[in-house]
Amino acid sequence: MSNLAVLPIIIPLIAGIIVALFNSRVTITRTLTKLLSIVSLGVVSYVTLVVFTKGSIVLETGGWVAPYGIALVADPLAAILVLTTNIVAVACAFYAPYSLSLRQEQHYFYAFYFFLISGVSGAFLTGDLFNLFVFFEVLLMASYALIVLGGEKIQLRESIKYVLINLFSSILFVTAVAFIYGAVGTVNMAQIAERVQDVEQGGILTTVAILLFFVFATKAALFPLYYWMPNSYIVPNPVVSALFAALLTKVGIYSILRVFSLIFIHDTNLTHQFFIWVAGLSMIFGVIGALSTNNIKLIIAYNIIPAIGFIIMGIGVFNQDALSGSIYYLIHDMIIKTVLFLIVSVIAYVAGTSDLRKMGGLIHYYPLLGWLLFISAFVLAGIPPFSGFIGKFLLLKGALTNSEVAIVIITLLSSLLILYSVMKIFIRGFWGEKDESGKYEKKSIKGFIGPIVLLLAFSVFLGVGAEFIYPSIESISAYLLDPQLYIDSVLKE
Amino acid sequence: MEILIAILAGVLMTTGVYNLLQKQILRIVIGTVLLSHGAHLFILTMGKLKRGQPPILMDGIENYADPLPQALILTSIVISFGITSLLLVLAYRTARENNTDNMEKLRGTENE
Repeated sequence: MSNLAVLPIIIPLIAGIIVALFNSRVTITRTLTKLLSIVSLGVVSYVTLVVFTKGSIVLETGGWVAPYGIALVADPLAAILVLTTNIVAVACAFYAPYSLSLRQEQHYFYAFYFFLISGVSGAFLTGDLFNLFVFFEVLLMASYALIVLGGEKIQLRESIKYVLINLFSSILFVTAVAFIYGAVGTVNMAQIAERVQDVEQGGILTTVAILLFFVFATKAALFPLYYWMPNSYIVPNPVVSALFAALLTKVGIYSILRVFSLIFIHDTNLTHQFFIWVAGLSMIFGVIGALSTNNIKLIIAYNIIPAIGFIIMGIGVFNQDALSGSIYYLIHDMIIKTVLFLIVSVIAYVAGTSDLRKMGGLIHYYPLLGWLLFISAFVLAGIPPFSGFIGKFLLLKGALTNSEVAIVIITLLSSLLILYSVMKIFIRGFWGEKDESGKYEKKSIKGFIGPIVLLLAFSVFLGVGAEFIYPSIESISAYLLDPQLYIDSVLKE
Repeated sequence: MEILIAILAGVLMTTGVYNLLQKQILRIVIGTVLLSHGAHLFILTMGKLKRGQPPILMDGIENYADPLPQALILTSIVISFGITSLLLVLAYRTARENNTDNMEKLRGTENE
């Protein structure tokens, strides 16, 4: 029964190895990838169902009892994030064959794609701080391979910066784990939480907490550590960008959520107040970045930063509503960022450029694409009844309960500017005179549209069906506010 | 002993950061290697350095060497070894394709 917890990690891993074996026969790998990603989604859905009906699944690997061995903990938060990851992954699996060149497909794209999913699921599921580092490395290794896939000049130039910054923060991560081990003598998250509770989190532990925050903030691209992100996210193949935008920064923010809702919760005046400041600055600088550019891919890449800001704000406010808002927004953002990256890359494909100044009047040729962008801009900015609205509403409600008025104003303003920055693509790219020169002769975009529509439909369902989803999210945030539940489920006392 | 090793780890980290801030790609790679060495030594120090103590193989041993940091450091060394080799290949290709190994010239502002 408890073995269910390992399936979301091991299925993509095995799938990756299988597709690597067939690597030169592209038709086989394509079919296998679609099939296996759907199988994985099915299994993960079942695991999530079990977690929500029967409670957390804890797997003590190798039969080592909890604090001694590595524990995998499928609690509601981890389960729902793994489920979202797999939904995004299925959409990308169907989109990939249209977007990639044959050469990229033959250079093990599908294998690395599965390894990435495996690493991300592992990072969500692990209950051990050092093991979290290992899964970070698994997903980063896959991402290093994916970001250079194709080996163009600009890709190599940006990916070396990407690798270096991630390597540096990984080294700091190891150092922080060493500090924690030195201070409390364990790396099992539940036991760390218990011991930090016992010693009442002194100055040293808070310092270590901030060091850990620095590490995760680099991975999550928070202010002021986001500078590596926008440029390196737009250079790889669009489907890779979409996967990165959906998963990589979100793993960082998940780690912050986990560590600062479970372990370091005894000095909230210092740490969590600091998060609110970081959140505000991330929103402001991210939006300024998005407004400053005419490159459509860069606009979406910059929009990741304020989204991360919204999520960290909920963690900073730290009450039931705000945490529900954070979780809701996290799920919403994983889906909608994928959708936007996929749409924008289709626009760049049909227009032949990603520079807004050189396009216009696309609506005459591609009406469906235009309206898809229009809807997803609304979803992103949080116009009711879409999912962004539900997340932001909960966040703002939580912030107002704690009377954090300044951050509420910044959130509202930046939401407005986010809407403007994406609408700019619609206005400048789709509106305008019909171009008769034949520059945009009708290209077939049928294959691209299917996955986008499916994901967008799911995103709309997140908003319209909030009544159906909200109770589960609320139960997760109640669960996070009581760390004893996590500790007891792992250590079984 | 712990203090000595901690100072050594600190020296490695400092030289690592110094190299990381250079312009030449190869120096930066060497900087990351030094940094990770510093981090690894640091993990080992955190488990208390005791010489001549046995591992836990049977019941009733009171004074033993802590096995966990050794397991952690081994994992970490393998990972950093892999990443370093990847980074070297990547650095070589980047320098070849862009005809420079100077980070100042690899900034890339043309697509903003």
